[in-house]
Amino acid sequence: MIEIKDLSKSLGGRRVLNGLNLNIEKGITCVIIGRSGCGKSVLLKHIVGILKPDSGQVFVKSEEVNRLNDRQLNMLRLKMGMVFQGGALFDSMTVAENVGFGLIEHDHLTHKDLLRRIEDSLCLVGLSGIGNLMPSELSGGMKKRVSLARALCIRPEIILYDEPTTGVDPITADSINELIMELHDKLKVTSIVVTHDMTSAYKVGDRIAMLYHGRIIAEGTPQDIQKTDNPVVHQFINGLAKGPITETVEHLK
Amino acid sequence: MISIEKFFINFGQKAMVFFYFFGGMTTLTFRGFYLLFASPFKKDRIFEQIKKAGFDSLPIVSLVALFIGFIFALQTAYFMQRIGSEIYIASLVALSLVRELGPVITALVVAGRVGASITAEIGTMQVTEQIDALETFATNPIQYLVAPRLLALCIVLPLLTLYADAVGIFGSYLICVFKLGISSAMYLNVTREALLYKDLFTGTFKTIFFGMIIAIVSCYEGFNVQGGAEGVGKATMQSVVKSFILIIVADCFFTALFYFIFP
Repeated sequence: MIEIKDLSKSLGGRRVLNGLNLNIEKGITCVIIGRSGCGKSVLLKHIVGILKPDSGQVFVKSEEVNRLNDRQLNMLRLKMGMVFQGGALFDSMTVAENVGFGLIEHDHLTHKDLLRRIEDSLCLVGLSGIGNLMPSELSGGMKKRVSLARALCIRPEIILYDEPTTGVDPITADSINELIMELHDKLKVTSIVVTHDMTSAYKVGDRIAMLYHGRIIAEGTPQDIQKTDNPVVHQFINGLAKGPITETVEHLK
Repeated sequence: MISIEKFFINFGQKAMVFFYFFGGMTTLTFRGFYLLFASPFKKDRIFEQIKKAGFDSLPIVSLVALFIGFIFALQTAYFMQRIGSEIYIASLVALSLVRELGPVITALVVAGRVGASITAEIGTMQVTEQIDALETFATNPIQYLVAPRLLALCIVLPLLTLYADAVGIFGSYLICVFKLGISSAMYLNVTREALLYKDLFTGTFKTIFFGMIIAIVSCYEGFNVQGGAEGVGKATMQSVVKSFILIIVADCFFTALFYFIFP
């Protein structure tokens, strides 16, 4: 479904992705873990074609993203939904206008059908009846859910989650995890979840891949990752202050 | 030796920033106009921007133009009374307002009010990933955000200028008629005789370009915001300063151009 080959990208003079390779099969939930600022979000932006790689290729549904023209890229983007870290809701629009944005812009549905689709999407994330509120009236957790509803409204085949549980309380975080799993089971979508929250990673992931120094250094089922003998992965998943990751940082300093 | 090297490095960097800015502005202008007419053409979005930039600016433009009219009439009266030519205040005010003050003051007011708000809005959208979100929904941010603002400002600024001209002349009329004792009919007659169509044309035509400058500079600065709230504040300031400078430069250019075309 998604294949990434030798992907490299530098931003602001820093090599963020360095020959990254990853395959994600259809219908699975792949969790990408890694420290903050290691390039996880940059990777997601390459998959939706917001960023262009310096070198390497990204294939989505067998189409090479960076070789598509604007029209083809837009067609592909409408098969993907992205849930942004802070929600990225359009703050000049109501929740309903946000959720229905993709349909309003690209589908010519009747007003009645549009409202039904919006309400269905809000219902899926457990927030029905809040369509008239503005994003500024929502809590952090609600914003993430509305962002998810907005992504779902266009009925995507792939959903990309950027830090879905960051910045919310543990109970809300768990309810978001449940929601990701429920949507995966109900809608049979392929999901990529970028996170550094290991509880979330173990719970929602069919596969977990660890991004370190611009590359995937380990990939496997949650059980494989938990049993790893890779010292970098071991330090990260156990949240240890001392280990090869922090030693490298100290060394660089 | 080192200081010469530093000077050239500094100069080179400044030149790069300058060319980068103008390159970006030019690209944005062409893309903005191209995407404006590329389908789908969303009328509602343009009307919304016309209301925001035009109708909502009416109170501040009225206030500024009225006071400019008062001030200009009083300042001119200071000298005209000395030479016993008070009646020429009307023609002087009308010509200055229609040819120069009206267009420039309106453009500066709109750059400060509307331009700053555009940069702050787009800049905030940039730092909160709303621009990226637009792209993930297969929506071109230039088509969605820049094109309607560009067209709206090109339409609105000439209309606001004509309105400001009228309000300014009214302000001067109030001073001349009620303070300086010039008769109402005389004031209106002198104003009508002083103004030619070419004055209205040269004064109004350049404001289309002022509108374009405000729209492009403010959108460009908004898209190039870096960092958080501080970045948005800095970009907003840059947008207003650059708009002011470019409006004055463009005004100088058009004044010289019209001087030779319509001597």
